[in-house]
Amino acid sequence: MSLTHSNDIPAPVADDVGPDAPHGVHAVPRRTLAGVYGLLILFTVITVAVSKVDLGAANIWAALLIAVIKGGLVTMYFMHLRWDSPFNGLILIVALFFVSLFIGLALLDSHSYEPQMKPTPMYVKTQ
Amino acid sequence: MSTASTEVSAHSHAHGPGHHDPHLAHHFDTPEQQFTSAKLGMWIFLGTEILMFGGLFCAYSIYRHNHPLVFKFAAEAYLSTKWGAINTVILITSSLTMAWGVRAAQLNQKKLLISCLVMTLMGAAGFLGVKTIEYSAKWDEHVWVGSWNKYNGDNDASYATPPPAQPTTQPAIQIPVPAYSPTAIADDANTGLDVSQIKPRYAYSFNQSIQLAPPKRASDAKPTDEEQRDERYRQLSASDQWRVNTFFSCYFLMTGLHGIHVIVGMGLISWILMRTLRNDFSSEYFTPVDLVGLYWHLVDLIWIFLFPLLYLIH
Repeated sequence: MSLTHSNDIPAPVADDVGPDAPHGVHAVPRRTLAGVYGLLILFTVITVAVSKVDLGAANIWAALLIAVIKGGLVTMYFMHLRWDSPFNGLILIVALFFVSLFIGLALLDSHSYEPQMKPTPMYVKTQ
Repeated sequence: MSTASTEVSAHSHAHGPGHHDPHLAHHFDTPEQQFTSAKLGMWIFLGTEILMFGGLFCAYSIYRHNHPLVFKFAAEAYLSTKWGAINTVILITSSLTMAWGVRAAQLNQKKLLISCLVMTLMGAAGFLGVKTIEYSAKWDEHVWVGSWNKYNGDNDASYATPPPAQPTTQPAIQIPVPAYSPTAIADDANTGLDVSQIKPRYAYSFNQSIQLAPPKRASDAKPTDEEQRDERYRQLSASDQWRVNTFFSCYFLMTGLHGIHVIVGMGLISWILMRTLRNDFSSEYFTPVDLVGLYWHLVDLIWIFLFPLLYLIH
């Protein structure tokens, strides 16, 4: 009995699954796991280092870009999306799309009303 | 084979020869189909999790977009990059051990699976331990949520002492502006508000209640961290000073919901651990290990975004 995760995507054979690896089960190779882990640690160091350099408005985008790369590594390899049915990845992408739509539209709205807003000093609160 | 056929008839809806898996539910044709369906369902759940956190990320984005200096001040003054980075490494490591555990389950490596699950649990506990240290420090510094935050201008009990009632003959326009807050005056002057129509409640009283360090010291003395922090606080505009606690609302809601997920994850991993000890899993059936693994990686994934957004604001 095999537990292939997708019939149409050929799962790469794990290079070190051992002789007793059940046929069809796709286990992520050890070296892939270790490599992804190393990259994640490396990107953590990079994101801390970049945050100490003043790039102005680019700081937040650099931090987000690194976070997206790290998230990509986690989802593709640790969460097995690279070898899964693309439908699972589609769910992730749709969720992220709607979150960005939500945040983007809310920010646009907040931004467009901002000139009409007056700061609310605390003394506006009356007894 | 006779045993197998008996089992097939016991699970009468399993189809085809050889599909005598006791884990195979009758409405699935094959274990593969059952596994991919379970995984699809898990991914849909993870999608809803992302949407739920999306609401908090949205609130964060709007507050940070509108009050960037508040976030810069609060993150620099109260959040430790060191603890945040340590927790990031802890979570990434526990994600690795979880992924390795799934691999071990797939390959029938029971002992390795147990060690991986135990290491993942230790990572989760370590993460919560660091979070406890951080939360305790914030409690000690009076920067929690709501009225437990000393910057909350709505405080009327714990930290803010209302000033004595002003005589009614005094015009309301005389707002007691602290001498140490020149930017506050400029900010108010630019608002165009008709301040004569506004009655002070306890104007700026919460500033005084924060017990800022004296702004001036002997010139030869090096200012302490607290004095530097208070100096930076004074340089915020009045409306920003009023909103410093919104950063902590974002911080505690986001890390708090994430922390709840860590606790739930620990429960799930413990459950997987017990089932492993019970010999429930094999390369034929490891779906719960895989799905709990996905959940744990999502917890890691969310922290990967929380860490730079909360701790690395400079």
